Amino acid sequence: MLSLISPLMRIVEIPMLALQRLLGMNKLAWVFLAPNLVLFGLFAFLPVILNFSYATTGGDNVLLADRPDVGLRNFVQLTDCTNHFDPNSCREDKFWRAVWNTTWFVTLQVGFMVGFSLLTALILNRDIRARGFFRAVFFFPVLLSPVVVALIWKWILQREGVLNAFLDWTGAGGINWLVDAGWAFAWSVFISVWAHMGFYTLILLAGLQAIPRDVYEAAIMDRASPWRSLTRITLPLLAPTMLVVLVLALIKGVQTFDEVYAFTGGGPGTATTFIIQYIYERGFAGAPRLFGLAAAASLLVALVLILLTLVQLWLNRRNVDG
Amino acid sequence: MARVWAFLTNTRGGARLHWTDWASYAYLTLGIFLMFGPVVWLVMSSFKTEADLQRYPPTFLPYQQETVMVDGYDDPLPLFLMTGGEYEGQVLAQLRRVGLQAQMIDPENPTERLRVTIDQREPVDRIALATENYTDLFERFSFLRYFWNSTFITIMATALMLLVNSMAAFALSKYEFRGRTTVLLLVISTLMIPQTVVLVPLFLIVTELGLFNSLWGVIIPGAATPTGVFLLRQYMLTIPDEILDAARMDKASEWKIYWRIILPLSAPAIAVLAILAIMWRWNDFLWPLIVLTQSENFTLQLALNSFQGELQTDWSSLLAMTVLTLLPIACVFMFLQKYIATGIASTGGK
Repeated sequence: MLSLISPLMRIVEIPMLALQRLLGMNKLAWVFLAPNLVLFGLFAFLPVILNFSYATTGGDNVLLADRPDVGLRNFVQLTDCTNHFDPNSCREDKFWRAVWNTTWFVTLQVGFMVGFSLLTALILNRDIRARGFFRAVFFFPVLLSPVVVALIWKWILQREGVLNAFLDWTGAGGINWLVDAGWAFAWSVFISVWAHMGFYTLILLAGLQAIPRDVYEAAIMDRASPWRSLTRITLPLLAPTMLVVLVLALIKGVQTFDEVYAFTGGGPGTATTFIIQYIYERGFAGAPRLFGLAAAASLLVALVLILLTLVQLWLNRRNVDG
Repeated sequence: MARVWAFLTNTRGGARLHWTDWASYAYLTLGIFLMFGPVVWLVMSSFKTEADLQRYPPTFLPYQQETVMVDGYDDPLPLFLMTGGEYEGQVLAQLRRVGLQAQMIDPENPTERLRVTIDQREPVDRIALATENYTDLFERFSFLRYFWNSTFITIMATALMLLVNSMAAFALSKYEFRGRTTVLLLVISTLMIPQTVVLVPLFLIVTELGLFNSLWGVIIPGAATPTGVFLLRQYMLTIPDEILDAARMDKASEWKIYWRIILPLSAPAIAVLAILAIMWRWNDFLWPLIVLTQSENFTLQLALNSFQGELQTDWSSLLAMTVLTLLPIACVFMFLQKYIATGIASTGGK
């Protein structure tokens, strides 16, 4: 591998040296930055601008020149409801179903995830044996691909799967989990907590280990009970990390798509259709391809994400300056 | 025994276990079961034959029915143990089943056909791995094609990302130039533009560049990442400038400084980023789903997802394919667990 890269790097050195002589050392920085900036420009900033053009044009043509201007009609179509809490009263009912599904999903998923991550991190931070092993146990589903996670659980939950066999054996009786809207939604929350919990546990554990030991020693000197040192020392000192975890989980939760799409396909009906799936289906999955609606919905999602990211950056501000 | 117990229940401080310790270990044991259990179940199931997968309630170990070759028949015949009727206790081979009746023969005496009802027999099973689930993947499906696509995308995207991001990180950490703060802010602001919110225009740009249905259409758009730039920049800031000045004294060009000094010295950070990139790319789903629509371009993830629709009943192939898809990542995890943990903790994920 290295023998392949070395000559390549030497060839690149020739034009780079010429540029260095031409521009001087400090301007050369722009040459080093160029590939990255071109990629950012082409695949991040340009799309943001174009997204506005798509959102204000109609038709199913992908070329902007062939798309008729419709003004704000896409947004009107998306938000036209007599009662926003009742998707049935909306012109674009699927959008509102996705919005409310996502809201519920994010609330439950983030709540359970932060709760269980905190519990797990607190336990892993205790004086236990084989901590590295247990940390790995909780972490490893993070590495599994969303499709693999979905298939693993689909196999367990199928009608004649192992969970139903167990329930039959206990006498409770099996349930057709993914055919029932409520259960499918609950399991979607479950598998996404299962798959991502380890990641947040890791961050919280790092936060717990950053709390200085002597604070606890002082608490023991003062004969504080373990419960008291948990609620009065650990949790307050962990609060900043908790906040970071919360915001990160919200940002990712809003964008949930992969594992649930592979798991339920958004169904039954639209019970587990989330906002990114709505965008995918309007823009790419079916004919006609309503790019305008998809882009308008993307902009609304972007608005939420930008707010959340700003909070995240503000929380992390010490890490980025300088 | 008592000493073993004393050793196991001993804590580092020398005190006995408190009830909270018991609760902790109970929680962790449940954790092992809940986190590993499903994957173990998947792996065990992937070695079962299609017939064994249909068995309800399912068994933990994979079983196959014993078969026997009988003179005069071309195919091996399944064996059954008779549990009732006049042949009770005998092992018979089945010729065919008609409704509730089955035609059996005694392998020792294959000329005589016996008629039994099917509730009077049960199959003779033995533990056996159905490795044909795996070999079938290579014969019946273009599994290698998908595997190659995934591998190609992962390797190329990781290499490209490391190169592009480390160059930018080098410029942002080791040069004083006008506009540096602006560039830093620009890089940070891309955090606010995840792929999921620019799918439509991204699709146009990739199509216009002729990358639709091309693996490069998946590789290139994600090559520049704010996470990568910042992770590497933070690390490069710790490299003392004196080393660079010394190299400049020796008339080393800036490019040479970059690839002979900065890159080797940033190896730990680069390793962390490489592992993260491999993970992201191997598991990537939504963007490939949009860009790659022809099945010969599918990555493993796309192939798995599309097969689970088509092969609803063919779980044996699907399970084997799932196992092979998670295998590379599982290997990476086993060897590099520590780096992955530090990497994720220091970048806060994607």
